[in-house]
Order: sequence, then structure tokens, then C-alpha cells
Amino acid sequence: MKSNRPHRVLPGFNLSLGYALVYLSLLVLIPLGGLIAKSAELSLAEFWTLATSQRSMASYRITFGTSLLAASINAVFGLIVAWVLVRYEFPGRRFFDALVDLPFALPTAVAGITLTTLYANTGWLGQYIEGQWGFKIAFTPWGIVVALTFVTMPFVVRTVQPVIEDIEAEVEEAAATLGATRWQTFWRVLLPGVFPALLTGFALAFSRAIGEFGSVIFIAGNIPLVSEITPLLIIAKLEQYDLIGATVLAVVMLVISFVLLLSINLLQWWAANRHRSEARELDPGSTGNPANTQGAAA
Amino acid sequence: MSIEVKNITKRFGSFVALDNVSLEIPTGELVALLGPSGCGKTTLLRIIAGMESLDEGQVLFHGEEATHVEARERNVGFVFQHYALFRHMSVFENVAFGLRVKPRAQRPSEAAIRDKVMSLLKLVQLDWLAERYPSQLSGGQRQRIALARALAVEPKVLLLDEPFGALDTQVRKELRRWLRRLHDEMHIASVFVTHDQEEALEVADRVVVMNKGHIEQMGTPDEVYTAPATPFVYKFLGNVNVFHSRLKGPWAKVEQPEGDGKGEGGSTAFVRPHEIDILREQREHALAATVQHVQAIGPLVRVELTHESEIIEVELTRDRHLELQLNAGDQVWLLPKQVTVFASAKAEPQRWAPDWVI
Amino acid sequence: MKVRRAAAETPAVRWTLTAIGVGFLIFFLGLPLIAVFVEAFRSGWAPYWEALQEKDTLHAVGLTVLVAVVVLPFNIAFGVAAAWAIAKFEFWGKSLLTTLIDLPFAVSPVVAGLLFILIFGANGWMGPLLQSHDIKIIFALPGMIIATLFITFPYIARELIPLMQAQGREEEEAAVSLGATGFQMFWRVTLPNIKWGLLYGVILANARAMGEFGAVSVVSGHIRGETNTLPLHVEILYNEYNSVGAFAAASVLALLALVTLIAKTIVEWRMAKETEMLNAALPTEKTAS
Repeated sequence: MKSNRPHRVLPGFNLSLGYALVYLSLLVLIPLGGLIAKSAELSLAEFWTLATSQRSMASYRITFGTSLLAASINAVFGLIVAWVLVRYEFPGRRFFDALVDLPFALPTAVAGITLTTLYANTGWLGQYIEGQWGFKIAFTPWGIVVALTFVTMPFVVRTVQPVIEDIEAEVEEAAATLGATRWQTFWRVLLPGVFPALLTGFALAFSRAIGEFGSVIFIAGNIPLVSEITPLLIIAKLEQYDLIGATVLAVVMLVISFVLLLSINLLQWWAANRHRSEARELDPGSTGNPANTQGAAA
Repeated sequence: MSIEVKNITKRFGSFVALDNVSLEIPTGELVALLGPSGCGKTTLLRIIAGMESLDEGQVLFHGEEATHVEARERNVGFVFQHYALFRHMSVFENVAFGLRVKPRAQRPSEAAIRDKVMSLLKLVQLDWLAERYPSQLSGGQRQRIALARALAVEPKVLLLDEPFGALDTQVRKELRRWLRRLHDEMHIASVFVTHDQEEALEVADRVVVMNKGHIEQMGTPDEVYTAPATPFVYKFLGNVNVFHSRLKGPWAKVEQPEGDGKGEGGSTAFVRPHEIDILREQREHALAATVQHVQAIGPLVRVELTHESEIIEVELTRDRHLELQLNAGDQVWLLPKQVTVFASAKAEPQRWAPDWVI
Repeated sequence: MKVRRAAAETPAVRWTLTAIGVGFLIFFLGLPLIAVFVEAFRSGWAPYWEALQEKDTLHAVGLTVLVAVVVLPFNIAFGVAAAWAIAKFEFWGKSLLTTLIDLPFAVSPVVAGLLFILIFGANGWMGPLLQSHDIKIIFALPGMIIATLFITFPYIARELIPLMQAQGREEEEAAVSLGATGFQMFWRVTLPNIKWGLLYGVILANARAMGEFGAVSVVSGHIRGETNTLPLHVEILYNEYNSVGAFAAASVLALLALVTLIAKTIVEWRMAKETEMLNAALPTEKTAS
């Protein structure tokens, strides 16, 4: 390959980018175009009516409500888990560390039927929670929260963990020598440092929870208006050959996914850059150091 | 083999990294590209190696057009700033790489490769490390392996990007001397990039001082140090006292008739610290100054003085210092031994030495 | 290292936090994992073994493996190509491309399945064309493969991009300056450097490919003994109240998850060692002045 102007030294740019673009176009861009084209068959008013029907609205409420709750639970407990795994030494630490990724590795359908069995009124947990306290989890929105908490658990832990690992001991020691209590150190020094990662993990968990399907359908009970999530409603419409209804819901979900994806990217960018401008001032700049210049104006 | 670059211009977006740069490097010469970071010296080196494209201009190897020859066909040895050793290969395999990737017809036999690699490792005095991996070597050792690897393909040109930048002072000094010796044995054109003036002056046959994408001056180390062509070169190579306009007496050459003394239109005089003498008694045109601080540094004595609140630095020999016996607070007079005046930043330098002898 | 003295929590706080963290993990992750196997063996070995050997279950296992085997090579090629372009070159629209690669992570699997129904389904764009040539994509193997491709393509690329960015261009440039062809450079320099990262991505992509439920569910049509992968088969058995059969099939998938976790941990360990070596291979502090 001898081009007139070898613009790039390393070979394979055109080939690799070309393959990646063709692949992405076939797999992502064209299908997305198809979705938009399909929804364009509707007028804006029709679209709005379908997107905001009572059943749709109920499904959004359930999907977002349970996702928000699950992501919040994981934000709190995920932070604790990450902290414990990084900072404390205890038997089985490495085992628990590896276990955190289980929800990524375990097929969601397996998680779904297992959690349902555990939390049903005859299950190990369900018989106590329901039998003793009369609180139903399986086949209610609470079941959805349980399933989503399981599925999205790794996100917060895995985004926060490396940040905690990177905290320099000196920072905490400095806070201690300045008279801060441990709690003050955590609240004023550690948490602000971890916060962007925590927020990113939360957003990732939330984003995943919204789209989750396999683990939820078994435990949710799937009662329209009560415990029917939006992805399931899409399937229900599909099974009734209501392609346009399914498309409308899919567009709504897709738009939300895009917004979330964008905010996650912005969050990560912010987390990486928020201290950059100050850092640049501290940077001596060039290593090239012209010899000491004495300036004397007389 | 000689290298010639003609009128090279290179832009990165709106930033002009190289602005119409021309340069000729004859066979057998060791040339240093010297300048502050961002001056374009590494870009120029990479263009010669074919690792960076250029927007305008030509690269000639031994008079032959090489501008569009691919990097892998240029037969240049390139030593990277961070060595770029293949970390999953042993030292031996690193050095052998260039031989093993030759087209089958030109590829030496396994035995020949072995001999060649071992002789190169002996040359860099590291044959006892052949089976080690890069991560097990010190910085200086890695640098020498990187050099051996580059030499294995018998390059016609050796290019080194900040070859000693990442090493500590002691190792750096040793490797400099060693590079000089190696270059003399090989008799090829070598170019190395550095931002360290001492390194450039000590090792190179010729120094190319660069700034903001153009060449400020080319010349032997002695030329660029004693006769800097521009204010930049003056400041970049060694310490210097800078005087902006309107001085009197022998310093008065600074004052240019056309300079109105306003703004940057005024001329500037440069005097190196060792080019000023300190006098105990007043003389015509001498500048009154007060000694602030005296410090002996090795063979020299550095004196810091003030003249009307401006700081002036002077370097004396130990003998001269013994004669003068300076102490902080002493009132003294200064006379220049040599002054260089630039009427403006772009003007030709005017050098003159006052006609008295001390 | 782990326990800090100058600034550390009191033992009581430490103990409480550990208890909460570990308790949460046991309660939410450990318990379900154990439950899968307990439920599978509830009626003993024999029914378990029998359930696994059922014809449809075996077919589902075979189909699951087949889908993964077809999908992975494409995604490996995509991952390496995309990472090569993104990590080693500068070009316009690079961040947009990177964002696009993340898309399947954000899109609901159900929506992903729907995308392909809209194209290949009977009423879709290409539906009439496919029908006239008697090609079946939706409710057939090709549809399931395409849906799985969509769901799993980011995994390898996401793993390789930061890795290759961190490794920089210098080693490849050195190879080229020493006369290596593009092919030689890739096989001798690039690939050995990324092999663990690549393997890591493959492990994750494989786990997802074999376990995918939502997207495949939409496009498969759930035809028993034909288009049922193992996760879909679990659902069918479960809905038929065949608890032993469902959990037997689920236990195979759970085993796959365990193998994945173990393999992942080993590769992580190898990569950490490699990074250590890389850090050691980097030049010492820049003392240049």
C-alpha cells in the first residue's frame, strides 16, 4: 500500500476503521433508522397519545420508580461493599470480591427464577418475610426492586472501588493531623473525592435497570398498571401484533437511554477534568528549561 | 549517508509545528536538534524517520527523494524517548526483531541472526543480559538495548529522540560519551533531539537550535555558544545578563540611534556573566554596583550584584576573586569584556569588545 | 498496607461496616447462587440427571453454544479493529464512535430485539423480500445470532480501547521502523501485548452471549427444540411448573457463570502482573531539567 502521502505511519487505519464503521452501521445505525422510520408513520399527536396511554404511563412509573430505588440501594450498600473490600482485611475477602461480578456472569433468567423461588411465600426468605411480617415481595413491585438490585449491584462497587484504591493515605493522615475526626474526614475529604464515581455508578445501574427484562418478568407478577415494566409492555404489544405500539414505547425508552448515556459520559468527563485547570497551573509546563536568564533593565 | 530536508512545513490543526525548515546533515556527522519543548524538534526527527507526514517540503536521503517512502522502507534506526522495547520479548528477541521481519529472501539464517545479535549486545556491553526481559533492566540498560536493536538492521541513518532524557545525571553522562564513541565507529549520519544545552554542546559536531517551529541557528557547539545569532539562542545557551537600552559609556553601544527607547523598538544588549569584570576603583564608563552575594561554585565564583535595583550576575575565576576579595555590601564598578547588541529581535547581532585590557 | 494506623476507623466501626457489606453480598448474591443448586437437586441426583438429558434441553445447550461460537469471532474482529482505530489514530468523530460502541449497554435488550423485528420481521422493511426468497431470519437462528451480536459487540472493544491507549504507539512504531510489515507488526507486537485483555473481553462477551435472554427472546419465537437457547428453555420449563427441569438447566448456566468468574479472576490476576511489568518497564522518574 503506497499512498502518495503516507499520512499515518501505523498501518491498517482504513481497514480497521472501515470494518468498525460497516459493522456499526449494519448492526446499530440501520436498525435505529428503521425504528425512527417506523415511528414516523405516526403523526406527533398519535405518537403522543400512544406514548402516554394510561398503561404506558403506569409502566414508566413502575420502571423508573423501581430502578431508582434499586440504584439508590446499590449506591449506599455498594459504597460500603467497595470500602470494605478495599480497606479491610477479613477472611474470604478475595472470594467476596470475585462474587461481586456474579450478576454480570449469571444469565438473567436464572437470576429471575431463583429470586422468585427465594422470595415466594414458600421460599427460604419469602416464608419469613411474608409469613411472619405479612410483607409480600414476590409478584409485587418490591420483587422488581429485588431483581433490579441484584442485577445492577456490580456497577456501583466496580466504579467506586478503583477510586477508593487510589486515595492516598497521606490525605487522610493530613486531615487527622489537622484535627478532623474520622467522620469529618470521611464526610469532607473522602466522600467528595469518591462522589463523581459514585454518581457514575448510580447512573450506570439506573440505566441498566430501566432496560432489564429477564430477571424481572418472573418475580414481577406482570399485572398491568401494577407491576408491568415497560420492556414487558413492549413484548405484550408485539405478541398482539401491535408493532406500532411497541415501536412507540421503544422510541421512548431509546430516547431515555440516550440521555442517560450522554449524562454518564458527561459525568465521567467531569470527574476526569474537574481539577484539570488547577493542575495545569501547577504543572511546570515544559521540561525544556532555558538557562537562567538574568534580566537587568537600567 | 547524508540527510537533507528542504522547506518543511508541518501543521497540527492550526498549530504550526514546523515553519519552512531546511537542514542538511552530511554523512559522519552527529547533529543535535536543541530547543525547548514544543519547538518542533521531535516532529522534525519523526518526519525524517517517516513517522510523521509533512504538509510541504521534501526529505532527501543521499540526494534521493525519500519524502513518500514508507517508514519501514527508509532503513533508519530510530531510538525512542521511552525506548519502546517490546515488553513481551527477551532482550535477544528485541534486538533480533528487525532481522526476523525481513522478507524471507533477505532474512539471515538463524545462526547468522544469533551471531549478529550477540555481537551487537557485546558492542553495547550487555551480552550477559540476552535472556532478560525489558522490565528487568535499568533505564540505562534499556537505552543501550534500544540502540542495539536500532543498529541491528544496519541503518543508514541513526535518529535518537531525547535519548537520555529519562535517565539520571550520572548514567546520562556516561551514555553521552559512549554514544559519541559509537557514532565515530559507525560513520553514519546521526541526529539526536535534546532540550539539554549541555548535552548538545558536549556531544554533537553541530547544534541546530530550534524555537517555535523554525531554526534559530546552526553551527558548531563553539559557534552557537560564543556567537549566538539571535536573542533566543543567547538566552537558551547559558546564563546571560540582559540590558534593555539606554546605558552609558562602553555599554553605550547598546544605544542605537534609531531606537527611540520606547517599547520593544529599543535595542537589547547581552553580556554573559563571565564576560563582565569587577573593578575596585571607578573607571570611565564603568557601571556602579553593589555586591549582594558571593558564592564559590566549583572552579568559579559567582557574584550577584545590584545596579539601581537590577540584578546582575558575574562569574569570576578563583584567582580573580582572590585578588578582589569581595564581600557583600562592597561598592564596585563593572566593565564588559564583550557585548552583543541586537537592535531588534530580528536584527543581525553586533558584537564588539571594548578596547581596554584588564 | 490495608490497615492504616494514623487514620483508621475504630474496630467497632470497622466490624460493623464489614458485617453490613459482607451481609449484603451474602444475602443478595451468595444466597441465590446456592439456591440454584439446592433447587436443582431438590429431588435428588436421578431426576436432575434425567432432566438434563431431556432431548429439548440438550438441543438448547447445543444451540446456545452454536450462537456463541458464531458470534464471538465477529465480535473479536470488531473489537480489535475498533480498538486499533480508536486507540492508535486521531480522526474526526472519534468520540461519537466511542459513544456508539457503548450504546448496546444502554439499550434495553427488548428494544434491541424489536429493532431487528422491524427490519427482518414479516411486516418489516426487508420482510417481503426475505419471504419471496424463502429466507427466515426472525424466529430462526440468524435472527438470534444478529440479536446476540448486537448485545455483545461492545464487550471486547471496551476492554481493548483503554488497554491499547495505555500502551501507546511507540512499540508499533518501533516495529515499523525496524522494517516489519503491518501483518508482522500485528502478530509479533500488538497481539502479544493485548492477549490478556482480549481474552478478558471474550470471557465477558461469551458469558453474555450464552446467557442473553431479552433480545433473543423477542426474535426467537420460542420454538421448542428449534429456536430455544438454554436461558429461554429455563423460562419454558419454569412456566410449565417443571421446577427440577428449570433449575437443572439453570444450574448449567450457573456453573457457566462460576467458570466465567474464575476465569475472569485468573485473567485479572495475569493482567495485574502484566501491568506491574509495564509500569516497571516505563522509564524512571523524569529527572530531566
